[in-house]
Amino acid sequence: MKYQIAILAENKPGVLTHVSGLISRRAFNIETINAGYTEENDVTRINIVVNAYNETELNKVIHQMAKLIDVIKIVNISELPSINRELIMVKVKADTPAVRADIVNIANIFRAHIVDVGHENVVLELTGEQEKLAALIDMLNCYDILEIARTGPIALSRGTTPIKNM
Amino acid sequence: MHINGARAVIESLKNEGVELIFGYPGGAVLTLYDEIYKTKFPHILTRHEQGAVHAADGYARATGKVGVCVATSGPGATNLITGIATANIDSIPLVCITGQVATPFIGKDSFQEADVCGITSPITKHNYLVRYAEDLPRVLKEAFFIAGTGRPGPVVIDIAKDAFAAEFDYEYPDSVNLRGYSGINIGDEKTIDSVVTALQKAKKPVIFTGGGVISSDTHKFLRKFASSMHIPVTSTLMGLGCADPDSDGYLGMAGMHGSYASNIAIMECDLLIGIGVRFDDRVTGIVNQFAPNAAIIHFDIDHAEINKNIKTELSVIGDLQWSLPLFLEKTAPYVSSIKSNCKEWYEYTIKMQKENPFTYKEDKTHILAQEAISKISDMSGPDTVAVTDVGQHQMWTAQFFKIYGPRNFITSGGLGTMGYGLPAAMGAKLGMPQKKVLLFSGDGSIMMNCQEMATLADYAIDIKIIVIHNSVLGMVTQWQRMFYGKRYSHSLFKSKADIVKIAQAMGIKGYRIEKKEDLKTGLEKIFSEHGPVLIDIVVPEVQDVLPMVPGGKRLDEMVLEGDI
Repeated sequence: MKYQIAILAENKPGVLTHVSGLISRRAFNIETINAGYTEENDVTRINIVVNAYNETELNKVIHQMAKLIDVIKIVNISELPSINRELIMVKVKADTPAVRADIVNIANIFRAHIVDVGHENVVLELTGEQEKLAALIDMLNCYDILEIARTGPIALSRGTTPIKNM
Repeated sequence: MHINGARAVIESLKNEGVELIFGYPGGAVLTLYDEIYKTKFPHILTRHEQGAVHAADGYARATGKVGVCVATSGPGATNLITGIATANIDSIPLVCITGQVATPFIGKDSFQEADVCGITSPITKHNYLVRYAEDLPRVLKEAFFIAGTGRPGPVVIDIAKDAFAAEFDYEYPDSVNLRGYSGINIGDEKTIDSVVTALQKAKKPVIFTGGGVISSDTHKFLRKFASSMHIPVTSTLMGLGCADPDSDGYLGMAGMHGSYASNIAIMECDLLIGIGVRFDDRVTGIVNQFAPNAAIIHFDIDHAEINKNIKTELSVIGDLQWSLPLFLEKTAPYVSSIKSNCKEWYEYTIKMQKENPFTYKEDKTHILAQEAISKISDMSGPDTVAVTDVGQHQMWTAQFFKIYGPRNFITSGGLGTMGYGLPAAMGAKLGMPQKKVLLFSGDGSIMMNCQEMATLADYAIDIKIIVIHNSVLGMVTQWQRMFYGKRYSHSLFKSKADIVKIAQAMGIKGYRIEKKEDLKTGLEKIFSEHGPVLIDIVVPEVQDVLPMVPGGKRLDEMVLEGDI
């Protein structure tokens, strides 16, 4: 099972290493990991998707992470009503007007943005849930995908309570 | 106070009430050592950084204070690793100060550079890299707070050489400000109520006590709990000393080399109350058959320990200083009913223990390790601290040396670090000079940090070293005998090294006892001597530590005698 974990941590060097090291030491697989600043400038939010055998095993690693001194709060977002988004950029070969038109069409259908265009290629940007991103990639697979970069999902719980107050 | 970073470290140590540190100088900590020199700060110079960290660990275990050690960058710091891991797995509070190369040299593969924070992350409670002197007071304050509160553990402070030299206005903070760590562990009172209810229903309860009782200094509550309600007590290796070994319901150590009564009681009980334990694989036997008939209750400070190895029915998460007194208070009205409920079981376990004590077959001609340890136990007062290395002698000491109080048994339980004993005994004696400190070691273990005999000599640290000399790696040969067809691969010492002469060459007294008839008189003579002494007791090669629960077996499948 995949679980989305959100961690609020002190914005200090080495925090990400501590967290990711602990997960891999307990033999869990990190699917994606990303981190960024939050509404408080000395707090980092680390968003992780881990693959765990079940929730009991997941809770073991959550308790271990909660023990890290720099970790302020850790929440399993998967068990909450939440909004989940990921950003992807795809570079596709588009060296003929026909292919370029096709890709623009696909982009419009998915409400993706064309963020770069050249004589040889097009870069699409799309934000959404993972199924939507997968569907876009599936469509673009009919063409020549040159490169993909994606952020990994981030999530926010619904309602007014931020996870730091949970 | 306008001082440099090195002096700030010393002042912070003073502010934390540190009385003694252990260490070894080197390039990156020269400025710090200069301040140690100028301030005459009490410092023990060991012969190896590993000696320094184990000594700080032994000091911490014996006193309950935070142990402090110092090492230089690169190899100095990496020599601490085994000691840090040893302290971490046994939850021992340490602050390890390492020098780091100067800031402009960090990350350039400079001379004696190692990524100490990277290396120590998995084996510390927390660590710091300090680049600016201004950060030192806060970091030291936090480090001592983190090491000594909650579930204790080692903290590493890696300080860049230029941070030691930089001057700034020093002020030591009064408190720490850590959003992710409070150090306070008060749990939910309701969890205790449910334990009280469970205990009232129990007919066959067992208390299973561990190192957490010692580190939280709650053995008095535990002893009262057991004696007032007549509940039998069994202990992990790390918990030895929590219970009074002469008390009626004390069944001895449990686990792989535990007592018959302890292991059977665990298998037959209907309620197992684990207090400050982590259900290590050496104590549970096959994990899904541990206490199969029991509801398991777990008291622990660390949430992450609950359901980690053993699934529990009830848990009381919080400091034992909070939970145990409250638990006693809440059980007080039911003491007599609990006592009468469990009467039959209590008497049964006592009988089982009386009929099946730890035992060995005496040898007519040779001194046996078990015999020597028993004799030494009889000769030692209740205030004696027994320190061990790792191997057969460690288990025999746990079985045959009576430990009367907490912090009187010092051993590397979780990591099983050979070479731990000598420096740890040294630290224990320096922390507790009024107590007699004995080290039980083997001819394998003693050689792993034998250089520290020189430290003993230099500072005249009065410990008695008992080397159980069987000329083999005892525990390794035992397993090879039992599970590897007696193929003694690299476990037999055909050594020409003379341990007595090594002791003498290092500047301490050394004696050998070979004959059975000399054992008692020899020991008496040696124990009456003042100052560090090594006694080499020659014992037979082939002796097994029994009982033994073979790996992957249930606790009641233990082998009591003969071959497995």
